[in-house]
Amino acid sequence: MTGRGDGEGRMNDATTPPLPVDGTDHPLKRLRAFTEARIGLGRRGAGLPTAAHLDFAEAHAKARDAVHSSFATEAIAAALEDAGFATIAADSRAGDRATYLKRPDLGRLLADASRQALAAAPGGPFDVALVVADGLSATAVNAHGATVATGILAALPDDWRIAPVVIASGARVALSDPIGEALRAKIVLMLIGERPGLSAANSLGAYLTFGPGPGRSDADRNCVSNIRPGGLRPEIAGAKLAGLVVRAAELGLSGTRLKDDADDRIAEGEARPQLPG
Amino acid sequence: MSPDQLKTLLAEASPARSGDFLAGVAAESQEARVKAQRRLADTGLADILQTPLIDPEEDEVQRLILDQHDDAAFRPISAFSVGELRDFLLTDEATPEAIAALKWALTPEMVAAVSKICRNQDLIAIAKKRPVVTKFRTTVGLPGRLSVRIQPNHPTDDAKGVAASILDGLAFGCGDAVIGINPATDSPSAMRRLLELIEDLRLRLGCPVQSCVLAHVTTAIDCMSRGAPVDLVFQSIAGSEKANASFGIDLAMLKEAQDAAKSLKRGTIGTDVMYFETGQGAALSANAHFGIDQQTMEARAYAVARAFDPLLVNTVVGFIGPEYLYDGKEITRAGLEDHFCGKLLGVPMGVDVCYTNHAEADQDDMDNLLTLLGVAGVNFVMGVPGSDDVMLNYQSTSYHDAAYVRRALDLRPAPEFEAWARDVGIFDERGFLRPEASRGDTGLLARSKLLEAAE
Repeated sequence: MTGRGDGEGRMNDATTPPLPVDGTDHPLKRLRAFTEARIGLGRRGAGLPTAAHLDFAEAHAKARDAVHSSFATEAIAAALEDAGFATIAADSRAGDRATYLKRPDLGRLLADASRQALAAAPGGPFDVALVVADGLSATAVNAHGATVATGILAALPDDWRIAPVVIASGARVALSDPIGEALRAKIVLMLIGERPGLSAANSLGAYLTFGPGPGRSDADRNCVSNIRPGGLRPEIAGAKLAGLVVRAAELGLSGTRLKDDADDRIAEGEARPQLPG
Repeated sequence: MSPDQLKTLLAEASPARSGDFLAGVAAESQEARVKAQRRLADTGLADILQTPLIDPEEDEVQRLILDQHDDAAFRPISAFSVGELRDFLLTDEATPEAIAALKWALTPEMVAAVSKICRNQDLIAIAKKRPVVTKFRTTVGLPGRLSVRIQPNHPTDDAKGVAASILDGLAFGCGDAVIGINPATDSPSAMRRLLELIEDLRLRLGCPVQSCVLAHVTTAIDCMSRGAPVDLVFQSIAGSEKANASFGIDLAMLKEAQDAAKSLKRGTIGTDVMYFETGQGAALSANAHFGIDQQTMEARAYAVARAFDPLLVNTVVGFIGPEYLYDGKEITRAGLEDHFCGKLLGVPMGVDVCYTNHAEADQDDMDNLLTLLGVAGVNFVMGVPGSDDVMLNYQSTSYHDAAYVRRALDLRPAPEFEAWARDVGIFDERGFLRPEASRGDTGLLARSKLLEAAE
């Protein structure tokens, strides 16, 4: 919240009535320590004070921009390759952004050309495949995707066979399955832009699937959400996620049973899964 | 007509929305849609009655719909086509009493059909003539009144954070529908803690409201068996047995919960103890739609609702996302349809006027729908601090919005709540919000002792 939107000087103008209490001088102000909710905003008649109205508009505008931002696939690929990791591009069948939003089913299917390219990737089968995906906020992936991915890759065991990092456009979480299948990967970990909220439009989610393939559901995956500065920090998320991947490999599973067993390891930044599809 | 033919006709006649395209049931062109609307208008209500969309053998909701139907009440309109029903409902002969008398004559499929050949203004004009009034500690749904649910959600169910949001809402004259919390954790202990918080606040303020923690119905049953102060039992419901199974419920479970809540006798002026939420697309998302369009499936959920005498039912119209309702136009249309269908079936209909950040919608769209629903006589809407639900991460109507629509359309709160709010100085004699308390005059806050607790 910013301060009052009306000029303080007007308060002294005898022809202008004094403004009522607003967010900066509100009886509920002290209670804001207990909630992020927009309480004690004050009101003008029934309406919002100008500053509070524009605060909300700005937060929504950021979220809207994040939903429609372009996915910087080349920059992410360059950052990963600079760090010494191979990458490969893939597309879902969603095509343009409007179709992506209306047809989540198409965002879960791999384009034929991408399936062939992944199937032809040398070095498989793999112990793990990482996917960096746009999801509902390319803003989030553009900002932290490469950082988190390199953090994970650096922390995985040296003797694992690791697939090229898949940079997936138009992706929903369940695109993990056809990607993992085409690569013949035991485990897929997808980093994907979460649906932007008003408080944060740059939050990344990580979804782990052991044994990716047809018939997998949300219950078969583990989710670590809210990866962003101010949440689970991108710089430390990589090592945590690598630990989760190793645990899944040890147990040979993902989903509810892994979560129950590994809560302590992934407690920080954990939130209720908000699947973008 | 076969069930498949009727499904196709209803789906193709439905105004365009993304969820029907996603399901592959929408009309192929706009012209095809209007042609389907003409054929639907000429379809007899009796034909619809005789064509159950799902085999009653495999769907308890279908059996319920058939059981609810009252032949005697249906007789006066049994020769009507869908178009003739629309025409009748628009006339002055269709008084509130005459429409109310059709409650058990009309089936969900009939009201869904007539909605599909109505313009938005028809949906408003007809619904306005069908008030549905319910009671617990307040009376909700009287003409000229609009109630508000305070929705004080918090990502960790923090007691002080929740209480702060409740007090903010009460100071706007909200809460007369219910103080209803979506808990972050669905457990009996979390539910009980939140219920006791509201109970304490309610008794301390002497405020006629009812509480609800929107946990699963089995959690509420568990809580009641342990003596927790449960006013209303909540559950999400949908229009097929299979979709309800995806919510982990069946009709017997809802009956058990209703009986248990009624036996507590906590209502002071009424015994309507259930609170249901619905929303177009819920059945499709559970792959439990049986090839039926999402608006017809939604109307079938109201058959479930009205079997349990709910105090409150609301559609959560924009929550589900753009793959079901793409933009402000589709959300607006769906909100008006749901309100209309609910009211014709005798359901005490409210609407969560809302959207997510990936929908093509914004606050202006919500202002429009809220205003239209206020004109249509909606029973209640949501009140979320500053429109921003920080737990569920979507935007709904705010305390400010509720105050706006009451003032703009001259709507008042539930009478019992209004009297209390006037006594404690929230409203003046005209029913207008008094100027806000200044720092030295903390009124409600002081009485709630929350400020001291927060120090």
